[in-house]
Amino acid sequence: MNSKKKEPLIHITKRKALTWKQEWLVRLAGILIALILCAVITTFTTHLNPFGVYAAMFKGSFGSPRKIWVLGKELAILLMVSVALAPAFRMKFWNLGAEGQVTVGTLATAACMILLGDKIPNGVLILIMLIAAIVAGALWAFIPALFKAKWNTNETLFTLMMNYVATQLTAYYIIKWESPKGSGNVGIINAHTEAGWLPTLAGQKYFLITIVAAIVTVVMFIYLKYSKHGYELTVVGESQQTARYVGIKVDRVIIRTLLLSGAICGLTGWLLVAGSDHTITTSLAGGRGFLGVMVAWLAHFNPIAMVLSGLLLVFMSRGAGEISTTYGLNPSYGDILTGIILFFVIASEFFINYQLHFRSSKGKEE
Amino acid sequence: MKKKSLAILLIMAMIAMLTLAACGSKDDGGEGGESADDDFKVGLICLHDENSTYDLNFINGFKDSMQTLGIDEDHYMIKVNIPEGQECYDAAAEMADAGCDVIFADSFGHEDYMIQAAKDFPDVQFCHATGTKAHTENLPNYHNAFASIYEGRYLAGVAAGMKLNEMIESGQITPEQAKMGYVGAYTYAEVISGYTSFFLGARSVCPTVTMEVTFTGSWYDQTAEKEGATKLIQNGCVLISQHADSMGAPTACEEAGVPDVSYNGSTISACPNTFIVSSRINWSPYYEYAINQTRDGADIDTDWTGTLATGSVQLTEVNDKAAAPGTAEKMAEVQAGLEDGSIRVFDASTITVGGEPLTTYMADVDTDAAYTGDTEVVLDGYFHESEFRSAPYFDLRIDGIKLLDEQY
Repeated sequence: MNSKKKEPLIHITKRKALTWKQEWLVRLAGILIALILCAVITTFTTHLNPFGVYAAMFKGSFGSPRKIWVLGKELAILLMVSVALAPAFRMKFWNLGAEGQVTVGTLATAACMILLGDKIPNGVLILIMLIAAIVAGALWAFIPALFKAKWNTNETLFTLMMNYVATQLTAYYIIKWESPKGSGNVGIINAHTEAGWLPTLAGQKYFLITIVAAIVTVVMFIYLKYSKHGYELTVVGESQQTARYVGIKVDRVIIRTLLLSGAICGLTGWLLVAGSDHTITTSLAGGRGFLGVMVAWLAHFNPIAMVLSGLLLVFMSRGAGEISTTYGLNPSYGDILTGIILFFVIASEFFINYQLHFRSSKGKEE
Repeated sequence: MKKKSLAILLIMAMIAMLTLAACGSKDDGGEGGESADDDFKVGLICLHDENSTYDLNFINGFKDSMQTLGIDEDHYMIKVNIPEGQECYDAAAEMADAGCDVIFADSFGHEDYMIQAAKDFPDVQFCHATGTKAHTENLPNYHNAFASIYEGRYLAGVAAGMKLNEMIESGQITPEQAKMGYVGAYTYAEVISGYTSFFLGARSVCPTVTMEVTFTGSWYDQTAEKEGATKLIQNGCVLISQHADSMGAPTACEEAGVPDVSYNGSTISACPNTFIVSSRINWSPYYEYAINQTRDGADIDTDWTGTLATGSVQLTEVNDKAAAPGTAEKMAEVQAGLEDGSIRVFDASTITVGGEPLTTYMADVDTDAAYTGDTEVVLDGYFHESEFRSAPYFDLRIDGIKLLDEQY
């Protein structure tokens, strides 16, 4: 019997906080290694010049003024969802329902556009659409929040299930509004009157969306960092007992925070329908409710840092589309590259917080 | 603190970039520059990628045409996985920016976004397959196209009827058990026209045939299509066909050993024992027509309907392993009849609706939200499909076909 415990080959310990410079050095190294690995894989599997592939990805995002605007719009929408998730996640309320909250926002907006169309002045219509979308998104988040606050139900499952309800509800109304009959397609709403369409600012379709997202991001940053509400929800996230002890009404904070989270998702739905797509489908949210979770985590729930993590994801997805067009590669190939890069980005966060110790080769064995 | 200032710096950089882009785009419009040279370019926008039989059919036809027309890889571009939303407009606009002279899109829901792009780029031709609005939009550079695929479906139906006859003669089923199943996507005219012509083709050779139809509510849903086909087989359907774009229904048939008439192209490699024949639209004649017209500076038809004669409606090779003997010969005979007009697919004398003979029908040709019938389409004893516009508008529920569900 060997009573002496053998030292494992590797053990992991938490690292002392790195300086700001060191942290970024680790991140840059991570991305660099990922790029080299992707280059090697690209060369071996596709026999293409990897630098050409990277250049095409860059071109896909920044190749023309229009592409930069599309990148900006995509980033703005993704950022809105991520920012909406930030307060809930900081409170450790795992809101996986952003997809559904955005979807009901799109549904409410489209309903107003279709039903009120040309019956009221455009300014009033847009305002009604905005209120309807925000209320719908907030309601979709309020229901699971209420159950969590009153009966401590599992919010992860509840919010996830609410996504399906939202999708099916939207599918039902699409069949009510479809044209032509049976096509399952609503098409552009008010195509000829443009009733309920957000105005084009400075000659750019997506300018308004970008501005709204920038404002929401900055306001959320201030809200979380400097407001009493922001402080309270952070305390609730750290420990509900502590929060109760210092006199914070936990139920109230949960519901208030989720109302905010849902409202921003609803607002995102409004931007999607009124500002960008002008139609309603079951997939307008396009998985951003889940992608936003990743963006928020990577940025440690800091809204300003989300600009960066969001940009990385949008850049990769636009780039993936471009390499499929330029080189005739299946778009899944771009997703593989994205996966590799994300893996290294997440790994570099790990190495920022922890370090590995290898068992030294000499001695220790006797 | 430093981290924050870096992030703020990045935000500012992004805003600066966007502002620059705004200025840049203004210059762009003025000069015209690169896109005005005589480099001829073509673009294709697809809803899914090669994994969908529907999109694959468009992509293969497109590449064939590029070869025929001598357009090399630097002068055509294909964008796949473009959803039916603003992404379609962005994709079309990017193609126009890149100097494309003709841009095609393959999915019904792309239509409104193609129309928007056509308005914004009057010098570029936009050709949309399966759409319905070109004849009411009145844009000189926006066009719809389809094919008289109901003729192809009818011929595929003849092959199905032959197979049923073979089963009846061999005693495998009684004439009353000759029930076919059909997996459709939506209760949309394109699907209704498709399954009805398929059924009429089968009934032209097997008079006792009946059919059940189920809908999946999606153009591409492998699981739902497979489940739909399995449900039909359990209901006693002895032959299956489909109008949805995945391999779901053919795979279910191969597993159950039930013969299948496929769509969009041959599925013989995955289903060697059950695949009979498949009809498909060959888009190459349209691509070549539209591109040649544009090159010559001539107008493209607002609505273009490909036919058996243009080579747009095609049938794959018949799989002798699954098909009844003599199928190919019978199909050739019927095809000749369709081409010379002696056989009409929607012959009013063969159709009853709710027990009443078909004598008149106002179809919703000019799409509107209330689905108002606006055009008389039963003339000279038959239903004139794809004549008043290219996309199908036959949406009658004829006797002999039972719809199991209609929620989509």
